Amino acid sequence: MVFKYHKRETRRGTLTQMQMNNPKTDLRTKRRSLRFRKWKDKLVRLFSIFSITLVVGGMAWILLTVISHGVGVIDFKFLTQPSKPYGIPDSGIANALIGTLLITLGAAVLSVPPAIAGGIYLSEFGKYSKIGHFIRFSANVMMGIPSVIVGLFVYIILVVPMGTFSGFAGAVALAIIMFPLVMRTTEDMLGMVPYTLRESALALGMTRARTTICIVARAAKNGLLTGILLGLARVSGETAPLLFTALFSDSWPTEFFSQPTANMPVLITEYATNSPFEEMHAAGWGAALIITLVVLLINIFTRIVFRTRHAK
Amino acid sequence: MSIIAEGACFRTHPLCVREKAMFATDNIFKTICLICAGLIGLLMIGFFVQLAFSSVGAWKEFGLAFLWSSEWDPVSEKFGALPSIVGTLLTTTIALVIALPLSFVSAFYLVDLPVAIGKILSQALDLLATIPSIIYGMWGLFILAPIMQNYVQPFMVDTLRLGDIPIIGRFLGEDYNGFGFFTAGLILSLMILPYICAIMRDIFAMTPPMLRESAYGVGCTKWETTKDIVVRYGIRGLLGGVFIGLGRALGETMAVLFVIGNMTQLPSALFDSGTTIAATLANNFPEAAGVQQSVLFALGLILLTMSFGIQVFAQWYLNTTSAKRGEER
Amino acid sequence: MALSIVAAMSAYGANITLNGAGASFPAPVYQVWTYAYTQITPDVKVNYQSLGSGAGINQIKAGTIDFGGTDNPLTLEEQDEANLVQFPMLTGGVVLIVNLPELKNKELKLDQKTLSDIFLGNIKVWNDPSIAALNPEVKLSNTKITVVRRSDSSGTTFIFTDYLSKISPEWKEKVGTGASVAWPVGIGGQKNPGVCNNVSKIRGSIGYTEYTYAVEAKLKCVTLKNKAGKFVAPTPKTFSASAADADWENAKGYYMVLTDTEGENSWPITGITYILIKKDAPDKEKQQALYKYFNWCLTSGANSASKLNYVPLPMNLVEKVQNDVLK
Repeated sequence: MVFKYHKRETRRGTLTQMQMNNPKTDLRTKRRSLRFRKWKDKLVRLFSIFSITLVVGGMAWILLTVISHGVGVIDFKFLTQPSKPYGIPDSGIANALIGTLLITLGAAVLSVPPAIAGGIYLSEFGKYSKIGHFIRFSANVMMGIPSVIVGLFVYIILVVPMGTFSGFAGAVALAIIMFPLVMRTTEDMLGMVPYTLRESALALGMTRARTTICIVARAAKNGLLTGILLGLARVSGETAPLLFTALFSDSWPTEFFSQPTANMPVLITEYATNSPFEEMHAAGWGAALIITLVVLLINIFTRIVFRTRHAK
Repeated sequence: MSIIAEGACFRTHPLCVREKAMFATDNIFKTICLICAGLIGLLMIGFFVQLAFSSVGAWKEFGLAFLWSSEWDPVSEKFGALPSIVGTLLTTTIALVIALPLSFVSAFYLVDLPVAIGKILSQALDLLATIPSIIYGMWGLFILAPIMQNYVQPFMVDTLRLGDIPIIGRFLGEDYNGFGFFTAGLILSLMILPYICAIMRDIFAMTPPMLRESAYGVGCTKWETTKDIVVRYGIRGLLGGVFIGLGRALGETMAVLFVIGNMTQLPSALFDSGTTIAATLANNFPEAAGVQQSVLFALGLILLTMSFGIQVFAQWYLNTTSAKRGEER
Repeated sequence: MALSIVAAMSAYGANITLNGAGASFPAPVYQVWTYAYTQITPDVKVNYQSLGSGAGINQIKAGTIDFGGTDNPLTLEEQDEANLVQFPMLTGGVVLIVNLPELKNKELKLDQKTLSDIFLGNIKVWNDPSIAALNPEVKLSNTKITVVRRSDSSGTTFIFTDYLSKISPEWKEKVGTGASVAWPVGIGGQKNPGVCNNVSKIRGSIGYTEYTYAVEAKLKCVTLKNKAGKFVAPTPKTFSASAADADWENAKGYYMVLTDTEGENSWPITGITYILIKKDAPDKEKQQALYKYFNWCLTSGANSASKLNYVPLPMNLVEKVQNDVLK
């Protein structure tokens, strides 16, 4: 017999004898009201709709702000005139556009070949080896390094010895950021190519090198291109590294390797926050709109070209 | 592959010679690829080495006390890292506190939507995640900060009378001007939301349908399934995703720089202005010289260590759960 | 393809590029000058980046630029130590800007005590009795005062804190003078435009900046009481009045601070902005191009400087500089 003052441990709490006698308070069998649970579920659903709206709405708000502030500024002159100091008419962003183009292309040239080679190693030779594991790990870690640190690093190893800011240093900084990105996407893309393709090639007597380059890479070339484009889109918006390396200049980027080079992100920073004049703010929004559109377009394009990427 | 094993191949046999040459390029190819891949490790080490090198002056001058000193006096050249470190941690915490519940609940909703709408929304979210961070900074400076100063903060402090509740009031702070940790945290949360949401959505989608169907079978509601079953199943993947978002928020410069207020002091309230490590770096670097420059490098080293630690942790988590999530190792 | 574009462009590039960076105080004029000069001399390209005086001094010392701009003057010893030559370029005024929608431009009056108290954090709201006493005709609201100051190393800060140290012993003891100080209160903006931006966004804020920025950004200025006891509004006239009696003969290395000067109509926070160049640069051709450029600025550039509300240097000083330095 269980005494009145004994307590009994259940998973949901301790019960006295009296509580156990009453079905309403006996936690061992007390049922949560179904209505309560349904109501809780509906509440969470409501909250989730609210939060999705908040999230997508917030981002859409940002996009709309950029569009509404920037669209009025863009015209032919804006896109073809170089930037000029405040007060001089006909100022534009053409030199910054070309500068960004050169810097990102430079970053691509510097980072894509080694990144693809590295990705090939990871997917063909290093899939299960310890070194491959370590390198994959490092690549993932490097993808998360703050870009301001990269800028600092390149400042010390390039800008100070060279004695000048330059677009080239900016390209190097962006290349460092792009490198792990492209390497990982290369590895993923090459990994998606079915083994049978490789084995057939090897059975025919091709070397690993030829197999990889001529067969596997060719099969995955869409994916590789996607990876490169995504990397480019990502780095074209990076500001912090360029602040330390390429700076800015009002002239055409003719001395890419030896002089500060105009570029879009720094132009946006300069015009939007380093200038109290309304016209420059407007120009900054216009430039921001252009860069946002370019990044979005590249991303949409890659998604269309490589639809199954999302299946991951 | 050649039928003739290499060891048994006559060196002068025409077939062997050609094959040997062919397969020699294989080794060269492999080595080149290995070197390129190894560059990553080299870079990683290079970062640490170079930052450590350049910050030697600061460590010599202040020693380890640099980490918890909160002075910042350029005139007398006394610097401390504590305000920046605390600022970084505070903005990241605020960002996570706001982003995590929202992304959890959004992912919960996205997973159960009909395929068409779900895909569109997910794609939209992913696309919007690619917006450069400087755009967030501009939006924050021009749009959000005035709204915070003119509507939201007065609403919180005066209308809702949150300022009068003793602990919360102290925590919020009385001086507000639209700039500060709260605004910066908001912007950061908006930046990391898409990442965390995408990862959570993937985790939710990866749970075996069997588990969820079983839960529905015993009468669980959708929310209970997610809360009790799915989360417990994918907790490690979820945490990995959280850490990745955390790592991203930690190092964000441009979005925070414009709205944080740039005061190198310890935060005492939510609405206070302050600074983060990345903002201190961006602000002071162009003109720093001597001790101040090595101080900034020391700050960079601290940020790198923090970010590196979190990334390693996240990768380790994701690695140990990759089998569970159906990925190849 | 990209390389060929670069190569083609380089073929049309300038022969000499002069890179300058530094103070944001004179940046509006410097950038107009660099643009105009590049137009008229196609084989010389000049470029000026507004980074702040501290950055300018840093970079000319490191040799990453050809000339630096600073309002934080170096003493002759500092110049010799860094192997630099310094000479003045322009005079301008540091003004206080406020964001008080109910007031008109230059309507608010502050004197030495209220100004220093605001920046020390002793006065916290706008309708404080001491401010109201100076402004009987204006109705000030109970808005909190948000101080906006520079977050970077700045010559403008140097000029302003020098003035504050002169008028307030408490400031001199607690904070002191410098390009970068430990501010008791205030949020930071980057460079002059950053301060202007912050002030224009925060209601009830007060900040300090160079006059041109305030005018072009349409911000409201403050009328200050000068040493002679008169309330003066910031205008190029009051700036030149302040600079009129400057004793350049005895200024070693052209080191001169023009705050809190005597004179009925003097603006109390006037500043001179300087150029720093390397003393014996190895590239003689570049050096000559630099001298030519600065000669042009001092003489032909005076017009555009006045249009932008700066005060060009008086003729005799220009000649002195030309004979001393730019040979």
